[in-house]
Amino acid sequence: MVQVEEPQDYVDVLQSHRGGFSFENCKRNAYLAAQAGIKPPTAMKSGTTICGIVVKDAVILAADTRATNGPMVADKNCEKLHYIAKNIYCAGAGTAADLQHTTEMMESQIELLRMATGTQPRVCTVVKRLSSMLFKYQGYIGCALVLGGFDVTGPHLYQIYPHGSTDKLPFTTMGSGSLAAMAIMEAEYNENMSIEEGKKLVAKAIRSGIFNDLGSGGNVDVCVITKDAGGNILRNYEKPNERKFRAQHKAFPKGTTPVIKETIMKLVSVETDVVMRD
Amino acid sequence: MQAPVEHRWSPYADNGGTCLGVAGEDFVVVAADTRLSQGYSIHTRDCSKVTQLTDKCVIVSCGMKADAITLHKHLKARLVMYEHQHRKQASVTAIAQMLATTLYYKRFFPYYTFNVLCGIDDEGKGAVYHYDAIGSFERVPYTTSGSGSSLVMSVLDAQIAKGNQTVDTPPLDKRGIVELAKDVLSSVGERDIHTGDYAEIFLIDASGVTPTRFDLKLD
Repeated sequence: MVQVEEPQDYVDVLQSHRGGFSFENCKRNAYLAAQAGIKPPTAMKSGTTICGIVVKDAVILAADTRATNGPMVADKNCEKLHYIAKNIYCAGAGTAADLQHTTEMMESQIELLRMATGTQPRVCTVVKRLSSMLFKYQGYIGCALVLGGFDVTGPHLYQIYPHGSTDKLPFTTMGSGSLAAMAIMEAEYNENMSIEEGKKLVAKAIRSGIFNDLGSGGNVDVCVITKDAGGNILRNYEKPNERKFRAQHKAFPKGTTPVIKETIMKLVSVETDVVMRD
Repeated sequence: MQAPVEHRWSPYADNGGTCLGVAGEDFVVVAADTRLSQGYSIHTRDCSKVTQLTDKCVIVSCGMKADAITLHKHLKARLVMYEHQHRKQASVTAIAQMLATTLYYKRFFPYYTFNVLCGIDDEGKGAVYHYDAIGSFERVPYTTSGSGSSLVMSVLDAQIAKGNQTVDTPPLDKRGIVELAKDVLSSVGERDIHTGDYAEIFLIDASGVTPTRFDLKLD
């Protein structure tokens, strides 16, 4: 558990309130774990395979759709491609809540910037803001992102780690299924692909993650970002995992559930001096 | 400087998977998936958890595959010796007791297996026995074991025991139970990451052991 030091004087107290998270509850959590035997709740992670490539005239992102909570599948068809701006999208792996809130915050900040400057937002702006924020929180915010977009300076693809480091790359994969997806990418990527070939490649890479990594599964979502049309999400571009067998169950007959107690409460009292008009 | 952390090598591994057994009037249905996994990786998609011990008895084990292989091998050897001594095949009740003592022999370094023993007893009725890792066992009308067992048990409780229902519907027949087992394994394959790929269903009745196979999701 975290070691929490007692504040010695007012300087320590002020120091402990500077920036980042407030760690006051850590002392409470340590007490609960030690004395009351209460374990802290675990965050829901998305196992995940996400990837992105830069082709001629486009950036293509793709993701699987499984969210896991330990060994259980929490969501079979969740959305991992997040909208940041019309021309900037982000695929996310890591803690589901962190991803949702971080990307929504970026979306709102970038929209405000777009209105303030009157220009199309740039990918490098989002990268800088994300990496600064993640670094500030020292990796406690579990977001691993593949950020892609097409702005005035051209197509860009970045990969951002939870501790705040960034890499600018022609193709990238992240998440628990990243090794499976990277195997496909390394074998088949080349920079002169068309958009159709690019879509097929990312879908193949995600499929590789879906079938070979247990933390990834479900369907393939693809997002194509071009210069003129901006970003276009192809939700469930491929659905390689339809349920194969479903038995026909007879409906439960009326009266199946045992009724233990019946209470009828008068909630409404009708006033007799109210006259209904015709 | 980090506080000292003790690193211990563990002799056990969890290879995942789910299995279930349901006893009928004069038959037993055994079902298990065939995925072998470790952590987030798949070792193989096609590995049977089930071993046929006699004409009327089948054992299925979830947990650690290495221990399951050794345990099944050990049991088969003991059963050959039983046949030589007694001039007949061991009954399900005899095998059940032997499995319990075999498991308890390794009380202080257990077989990491969660077994379900199924077969037809001497009276011709279906028998299912549920075991823990060290040999505590009980004859039950139906049971389940493995990583998806909590998902399966609730469904079996509702559809077979019907303890939460007042209306009397007739019990499921052979075909109904096989359909239920298929549906249950498909459902567990949807929600448990360690269960999937293919499933084996064994129907044991007076005519012997009939295996069938069907597909689960591969993701």
